[in-house]
Amino acid sequence: MHFNFNSTEPIYLQVASQIEEAIFTKNYAEKEQIPSTTEISRDFHINPATVLKGINLLVSSDLVEKKRGIGMFVAQGAYEKLVKKRRELFYQDKIVQVVDEAKRLQISEEELLNLIKRGY
Amino acid sequence: MGIEVKNIQKKFNKKKILSDVSLELEPGKIYGLLGRNGAGKSTLLSIIANRIFSDSGDVVLDGESVFERDEALGQIYLMSERNLYPEGAKIEKIFKLTELFYGSFDYEYANELADKFGLDVKQKFGKLSTGYRSIFKLIIALTVPARYVFLDEPILGLDANHRELFYRELLDNYVKTQKTFVISTHLIEEITNILEHVFILCHGEVVIDGNVEDIMKKAYLIAGPQKDVADYCRGLNIIGKESLGSIHGNYIYGDLDDNRILPDTVSVERMDLQKLFVNLTNMEEAKK
Repeated sequence: MHFNFNSTEPIYLQVASQIEEAIFTKNYAEKEQIPSTTEISRDFHINPATVLKGINLLVSSDLVEKKRGIGMFVAQGAYEKLVKKRRELFYQDKIVQVVDEAKRLQISEEELLNLIKRGY
Repeated sequence: MGIEVKNIQKKFNKKKILSDVSLELEPGKIYGLLGRNGAGKSTLLSIIANRIFSDSGDVVLDGESVFERDEALGQIYLMSERNLYPEGAKIEKIFKLTELFYGSFDYEYANELADKFGLDVKQKFGKLSTGYRSIFKLIIALTVPARYVFLDEPILGLDANHRELFYRELLDNYVKTQKTFVISTHLIEEITNILEHVFILCHGEVVIDGNVEDIMKKAYLIAGPQKDVADYCRGLNIIGKESLGSIHGNYIYGDLDDNRILPDTVSVERMDLQKLFVNLTNMEEAKK
């Protein structure tokens, strides 16, 4: 697992989003065990309560499930759920930004569409 | 339950070191005690651990004063910068002395840690380098059966590898034992994420006392053209300023005014604990 933390965003959110990213990129497959709170805490020098708070976000959005006494696992259907969520956020998070920047750069709608085609 | 520090005052040679310090340590948390050199951190920890006396105030453990109570002392361990061990004593001998004092000592764990850090337990304490003296004291601190462990400058002289190993072992120990740790250090960035709660001490007074996450939620950097920044920050708690050419930044500690409209030219960013610390302590210094 590769974690990359910045020092300004709340750490529990970063823990959640990094695990989410690993599920999305299929580094953690469905039904596969993810590292324990203790492991993440030790390896990345984060207070275990903070790690737990982050993981609980994933549990409550049904991406991760806890199995008592065994550990935590990627929930079945987690990948599909993430794709759906990210598609919904795609317009808001990416497209709006791209259009804003394009306007600042005086790139016309047609030019932008061409650029997108080129990048595809 | 826990430790209550009540209105502690301390002077050395008429110089005020601590003025009316009160705080609480709950069981099972990791605390950070931050302060500039001379802020009174070591004095405070020494008073709580009953190594030195306060002029007034009280330290209460589980409802009873710790002063003049020997069994309470066994519950609190202070690892300090000062070297209290005889130079000629071998490490393994000091393990034995610790067992005599605290009633028990987990030799297996101590030796395991010594192995990981590469500390030779047959070595004499006096022969250890600064870094290995710290390592040795850390091993004792992690091993003693005290429920409250105070680490004053625990990473003095430790190289990056040993610091990483220490943070790892500390968290491993914390998860297993649920002890209360208080860590005092100048390397703030390295321990920020480990801490649950932080105290910032400035000129013998506690200026910040709170949950790290809650505190960081209120720490902002507002940046942009000077006039726009000044307008946006009017009336907010500005704790520091900086500028790079025509870009101006105000460090804010406290809530922003949600009713204010943020101009396009102005950005709101977060600051980290170290920046907050530097700005707050500079500001307090300037007040004097």
